[in-house]
Amino acid sequence: MSASAQSQSVFRNRMARYYGYFTIGFIGMSLLMLLLEIFAGLPTQIISWVFLLLTMALYATIGILSRTKLLDEYYVAGRNVPAVFNGMATGADWMSAASFISMAGTLWLLGYDGLAYIMGWTGGYVLLALLFAPYLRKFGQYTIPDFVGARFGGNTARVVAAICAIIVSLTYVTAQVVGVGLIMQRFVGVDYAIGVVLGLSGVLVCSFLGGMKAVTWTQVAQYIILIIAYLVPVTALSIQLTGFPIPQLSYGQALQGIQKLEEQQGLSKQTESPVVKGKFITSGYIPPFNEGLSNAAAVDAVKQLNTQFGLNLTPPAAQSIPDPKKPELGDWRGTPWNFLALMACLMLGTAGLPHILIRFYTVPSVRESRMSVGWSLFFIFLLYFTAPAYAAFSRWQILENVVGKQISELPSWTKTWASNGLIVIRDLKVLDGVEIGKEPGWVKNLINAKSLVVEDANGNGKIDLGPWEDIGEGKGRAGEISGTVVTKARVDGILQLNELGRAVADGIDGDLVVLSTPDIAGLPFTIGAMIAAGGLAAALSTADGLLVVIASAIAHDIYFRTINPKASLNTRIVLGKSMIVVAAVIAALLAMPRLALIAQMVAWAFSMAAATFFPVVLLGIFWKRANGPGAIAGMIGGLAVTLFYMANNYVNPAFNVLGISHLGSGIFGLPVAVILIVVVSLLTKEPSKEIQDLVDNLRNPITDDEGMSKMLDKMAPAK
Amino acid sequence: MSDLTKLPVAERNRRYWQENLRLITILLVIWFAVSYVPVLFVEALNNIVIAGFPLGYYMGSQGSLIVFVVEIFYYAYAMNKLDAKYGLSDRDR
Repeated sequence: MSASAQSQSVFRNRMARYYGYFTIGFIGMSLLMLLLEIFAGLPTQIISWVFLLLTMALYATIGILSRTKLLDEYYVAGRNVPAVFNGMATGADWMSAASFISMAGTLWLLGYDGLAYIMGWTGGYVLLALLFAPYLRKFGQYTIPDFVGARFGGNTARVVAAICAIIVSLTYVTAQVVGVGLIMQRFVGVDYAIGVVLGLSGVLVCSFLGGMKAVTWTQVAQYIILIIAYLVPVTALSIQLTGFPIPQLSYGQALQGIQKLEEQQGLSKQTESPVVKGKFITSGYIPPFNEGLSNAAAVDAVKQLNTQFGLNLTPPAAQSIPDPKKPELGDWRGTPWNFLALMACLMLGTAGLPHILIRFYTVPSVRESRMSVGWSLFFIFLLYFTAPAYAAFSRWQILENVVGKQISELPSWTKTWASNGLIVIRDLKVLDGVEIGKEPGWVKNLINAKSLVVEDANGNGKIDLGPWEDIGEGKGRAGEISGTVVTKARVDGILQLNELGRAVADGIDGDLVVLSTPDIAGLPFTIGAMIAAGGLAAALSTADGLLVVIASAIAHDIYFRTINPKASLNTRIVLGKSMIVVAAVIAALLAMPRLALIAQMVAWAFSMAAATFFPVVLLGIFWKRANGPGAIAGMIGGLAVTLFYMANNYVNPAFNVLGISHLGSGIFGLPVAVILIVVVSLLTKEPSKEIQDLVDNLRNPITDDEGMSKMLDKMAPAK
Repeated sequence: MSDLTKLPVAERNRRYWQENLRLITILLVIWFAVSYVPVLFVEALNNIVIAGFPLGYYMGSQGSLIVFVVEIFYYAYAMNKLDAKYGLSDRDR
């Protein structure tokens, strides 16, 4: 073994020891809090603060310890991160607040259809391992635009790639900042805006002082916290419900329970698909493909923009397919195309996201980069194969203990959640005895929409309900309320599944499932605080990685490589650091209005990456003949087609091909991009000898960073 | 078998790349077969229930994921062997 390999293994063992102690410390602290809560009655507020402050202090400490002024350490963590640790860091980088909190919620709501996300966000790593990671590591520079610029010879391609990287990363980081603010607000009880500032300062300490090096080692710690926080509650729930401590194996029982209860409660029914003869759409948790298309998200987004910024945009007319009033619109439910398109876009997009790709610059060698993708996916897999268990147990419990029950007999945790506004029980029976003018928000909306009328007939200032009667024209009356929404089922005091709504204003979709698990299982508050710490770790770690990408795109690609190639090392680092602060401030400002549109844009980022970065990097490595004009034409064409389909389907679901929604629009852009790259490349001059040699060099697995740098210096285009 | 490490450089690199491409293709076929194909047949697969899991649902929520992880580690292992076979090993740096 050579000296450097030996020092690598010493380094790896030392890090393994540190993080081992850290894991034991975190578990010990959680147990201590648990004991203090149970035996000493420690107030919940204090527990929240302890978890929050200790974890934030820890991240800051790692940041300060790994502060650096070296360029290699600042941008690529000194290229000495061992495969396993890079795997954990990639895991934390990848799994955002959305994965941690909303993944299980999406599965809860969509059933099988939600699995497109599970397979999409893991299957992409296979592409990354086979097609990208080893070659990018061999290339071994600082950013993805570096690669695009060198391979396609020129600053135009580089700047286009840098701008794409900035746009994608900025929307993504904004979504993380929203997540940070919400978690702080919910669990620590601080104001949303203060939560954002507190959380961001934690992010900044790390990424500002130590760049990629600090970010990497913090992400390792954050991964450990988030995975423990994710696994503990669902394991407890599994033991309680099935007596078996491995939820990933035991939730089969929950799936059976769900199917039985759905049948009993009449929730699963079959209808024939109007599009495909002989195809049946079965609604329910297990049966596939029963999601329709709708533009509700677009309508909400426009309304929200109007209220936030005092604009006067006209929202598109609400439309959904299937639409009983317009059967001619067709109905693609029951067919797999939307599912497949979404899954493909998520996979291809994963392999094209800059903040994940740069993680493979940080490992010591090509060899390690291959192993590192394996570890990355393994660590991500631990969370993703658990999410369906969360969803299934929670759905099972809700169908069994909540739905179909008298409102007065609901389990006590539902009342806590309802009073916090986390869930909304929409049976109109809850209005009985409520003072007029003090109705809950969702009732006021119904009144404004004129689907509910309240008249205080006896003049006591309160709403009094009576027995339900049909008053014709599709309306019903129950005492002092009447209207189209007053149906027999909605005033019977028995909670139906569709009467269980969520407070949508909080922006994180379906976050009920993970957050409510400790309550459903009757676990102590400490576990809830641990989940909050885990969610925070997930959001902060992703934000960290993204800030580095934005800063390096500006300081390295745009400033150093394009505007001023003579900039000194010191200038580049100072500029990088200041760009991190600027990006963080912009993200905070964008996060303040909490726009639903941001979450939507994150989902679109995958389609856009799938139709731009993915084909360009892929053909750049595997097809020597691909050249600069081809790459530029491909990126622009792919993006244009994707955006065209996206925009049209988003506002008007009747615009669709095979029922594919705007989330899967990259599937149309990708082939266009590939064809354009091939055709335009063949029509124009083949790449220079130097570039072809570069491709050959990429395919040779012996890591040689010095040789590569010399080669690139020689190639540097005349400026 | 002749010693592949002694081949002329261009020929050695070409053969190494061909073997790599073949391995990638095989793994991508498996990748496609465990993720996209079961989606097309999910309803039929759901009729098979193992330990409470309908098979179609299981493939989407766990089965394909396990294959993904194994495939990546296998590729790393197989490529290390391939590197060594052609004298392109990255080990002793």
